Amino acid sequence: MSKYSREQFDVLVVGGGPAGIAAAVRATETGARVGIVDENMAPGGQIWRSGPSEGKHSSEASSWLERLKASGVLQLCGKRVLHQPDAGVLMAEGLDDVYELSYESLVLATGARERFLPFPGWTLPNVMGAGGLQAMVKSGLPIRGKRVVIAGTGPLLHAVASHLRKQGAEIPMICEQAPWNKLARFAAALIRYPGKIVQSFTLRKEIAGIPLATSSWPLAAYGDQRLERVTISHAGKSEMIHCDYLACGFHLVPNTELPVLLGCRLRNGYVQVNDFQQTTVDKIFCAGEPTGIGGIDLALVEGQIAGLAATGKLTVARDWFSQRDKFRRFARLLDMTFCLRSELRGLPSPETLICRCEDVAYSRLREHTSWRAAKLHTRCGMGPCQGRICGPATQFLFKWAPDSVRPPVFPARVEDLAVHPQPTPQATGEPECTGDASRQ
Amino acid sequence: MPSEFTVRVNGDSIVVPVGSTVAVAIAIAGRPCRTSVTGEPRGPLCGMGICFECRAVVDGIPHSRTCQILCEPNMEVSTDE
Amino acid sequence: MSKESYDVVIVGAGIVGAACADVFAQRGFRVVVVDRDVVGSGATAAGMGHIVVMDDSDAQFALTRYSQRLWQELRQQLPDDVEYDQSGTIWVAADEEEMVEVLRKRDYYQQRGLAVEVIDAHQLYDAEPNLREGLAGGLLVPQDAVLYPPCAARFLIGRAQQRGARLRLGASVTQISEACVRLNDGEEIRADIVVNAVGANAAALTPGIDIKKRKGHLVITDRYPGFLRHQLVELGYLKSAHSVSRDSVAFNVQPRRTGQILIGSSRQYGAEHKEVDQTMLANMVLRAQEYMPALGTMSAVRVWTGFRAATPDKLPLIGPCPGYKSVFLATGHEGLGITTSLGTARILVDQVTGGNPEIAVEPYLPTRTVKEHTHA
Repeated sequence: MSKYSREQFDVLVVGGGPAGIAAAVRATETGARVGIVDENMAPGGQIWRSGPSEGKHSSEASSWLERLKASGVLQLCGKRVLHQPDAGVLMAEGLDDVYELSYESLVLATGARERFLPFPGWTLPNVMGAGGLQAMVKSGLPIRGKRVVIAGTGPLLHAVASHLRKQGAEIPMICEQAPWNKLARFAAALIRYPGKIVQSFTLRKEIAGIPLATSSWPLAAYGDQRLERVTISHAGKSEMIHCDYLACGFHLVPNTELPVLLGCRLRNGYVQVNDFQQTTVDKIFCAGEPTGIGGIDLALVEGQIAGLAATGKLTVARDWFSQRDKFRRFARLLDMTFCLRSELRGLPSPETLICRCEDVAYSRLREHTSWRAAKLHTRCGMGPCQGRICGPATQFLFKWAPDSVRPPVFPARVEDLAVHPQPTPQATGEPECTGDASRQ
Repeated sequence: MPSEFTVRVNGDSIVVPVGSTVAVAIAIAGRPCRTSVTGEPRGPLCGMGICFECRAVVDGIPHSRTCQILCEPNMEVSTDE
Repeated sequence: MSKESYDVVIVGAGIVGAACADVFAQRGFRVVVVDRDVVGSGATAAGMGHIVVMDDSDAQFALTRYSQRLWQELRQQLPDDVEYDQSGTIWVAADEEEMVEVLRKRDYYQQRGLAVEVIDAHQLYDAEPNLREGLAGGLLVPQDAVLYPPCAARFLIGRAQQRGARLRLGASVTQISEACVRLNDGEEIRADIVVNAVGANAAALTPGIDIKKRKGHLVITDRYPGFLRHQLVELGYLKSAHSVSRDSVAFNVQPRRTGQILIGSSRQYGAEHKEVDQTMLANMVLRAQEYMPALGTMSAVRVWTGFRAATPDKLPLIGPCPGYKSVFLATGHEGLGITTSLGTARILVDQVTGGNPEIAVEPYLPTRTVKEHTHA
């Protein structure tokens, strides 16, 4: 039986990554009662994740985490927001408890997740996302002496390579699908953006001794019960590399499920916000990756603007607009550099599973003309991941538009679906199949 | 304060550093976390609790996302075998 | 734009429209099916897929029993993704009063040749160990089954297409007139016969018929193989005096072949929007937990709603539409659309061809509900 609690806030922040932390910290400055709720066990989100093998945080991360601690924001860690049972109320679930969280204003800082593209063998154990493997290593996975191929696209690959290298992994190659000329333009433009994540990105033929292949992508993963080797495409040829892990992710997609559930409109797949980070729904703000993938610096600025605007400090918020413009230029640069090339649509073979929850193969999906039809007829996207893995993949492969979001935005314990409203005795009615209770 | 302790994965004692997740314990035990609906072995993919590939039975609770659960001493973990 | 000529145009590619297409095509008609969305996407996608014999009236029994037999005959040909599973139904009696109803149902079914079995509390717990303690027993109906309706609809449409039927998806019908349907882009499809199999919104196309939307909610869990073996339905509704017109919930759970549990059911009057109604959901879940407490800690993967097409006398409208010469109705199936789709198709086509229906069709004729012109 879930332990039930209620909390009330002036400002509730959903998401404890950089954007959420910045929003929460700034929102407390007016004396507002602020809460922050996040599914991870400690604040920091994905990018500032801590764990047994993680060294110290960067000074920027430490500084913000210190400010959060000092601010008096009520932190609800290990709780996932699942749905909105009533206006101004969110329901969040932990391992053995459930919360009703009431708010006046809401800041959605739900972050992003990796995009996965299917290829033969991608379901083998030890094929993980790039951020996925990094998270596992931070959570204690032994990696010293293991061979890790890193593939996909995005600055995350280099950050992961760097981190794993420091933990003692052997990295035979980084396979970046973007072409050399785009990466060169990206590197040249980076001088203008001294953000932390890009400092590890340098465009040389090698990064601390790790070979970088551009216009390169995975072709297949092989192994008996787990990964043993991969083949990658490089310079028009296929190359086989023996390895223990494949860390493969194709940049990031925004976590827009909760904003959409709450009625926020999207534009081009991102949450639409005005200058003050307000969504199309009154008193709901959105900051960070869901408004556009832009990295830590943009997230921190947007978060601050959202926290200030949610507490009425519009003049102070305006002070941050030009910083935001600058970091939005970086976001556009990211988009242009790491956009997916069409060759990647040719990666899956007919037998490649696209939906991993329900084991639906590419050949079965190709018959359908929409996400909705595919879901109904093959069950693709109907599993517990609710299409978070296969959705972005099918959007890329088939250009299918996603459809509506229903609660719960994440699997919930059945009993927690009933926490609100407080139950009253209810008439029992006819069974599903039409009983007539007024039998003569 | 010990820096490591024991959990049981499919009956075997596995030593894990403090602060490890159950998914890591399963990996150290050399097992996949689960078997897919068509019988494939599966392990963690996303590392952040959204892919559901890391599910196993933890202290009797099925469908537990092991990458989101910290190990505790004497935890009982069983994977689809 | 096609200038094909058709014998029949069926509006609605749900389970009922699909079944009609299948039978019309078998009998040699040139068929086109039109739907504004994809095959099986309305109530067909939202419902439980329970094939169940019901006894609220002789007419309801006749149609459900006839259809259940047709499903049993068809089962060998159903592809795997239809997930046909003869798991049976147990009508659960919580106390002695409800056991009296169990006996009445037993007699009713046995008199009509349906094999059923009264089970006592001990047998009930043997059959379903996860039910709460203190229940009295139930009625087991072993021939009831479950299936996955969107794929069943697709199978039936597929068979019709193999016989030359055409399918127009993403085409919304804005008007039905004699021997003609008009689509939202202005195109007209002409056929000798028009069938309105649209479901909950049927009255929009053939105004004056008494079809009302009855909203329902369902929850589906992750996979828990072996937890539940039969579809379980409570008899508790007998105690409610006013449930005919009041929003209500009932305990109704179904094991899917995947091992997922489908949790229902709810009924709402006058609800027009498809968003989840938290009050209904909460009450439905609480009711389910009263009968099966262990459901509470299971992982609920999805919650959704759907609209049943309800008629005042709880029998569908199958036959000529009042006020038209060439338009027929196959709608108003409430919670029995999946079950009775096959029987509906047969008796509809029999009416069109002047053939001999295997059951009496009078109780389902739309003309039975002809109302005064002024009564909207």
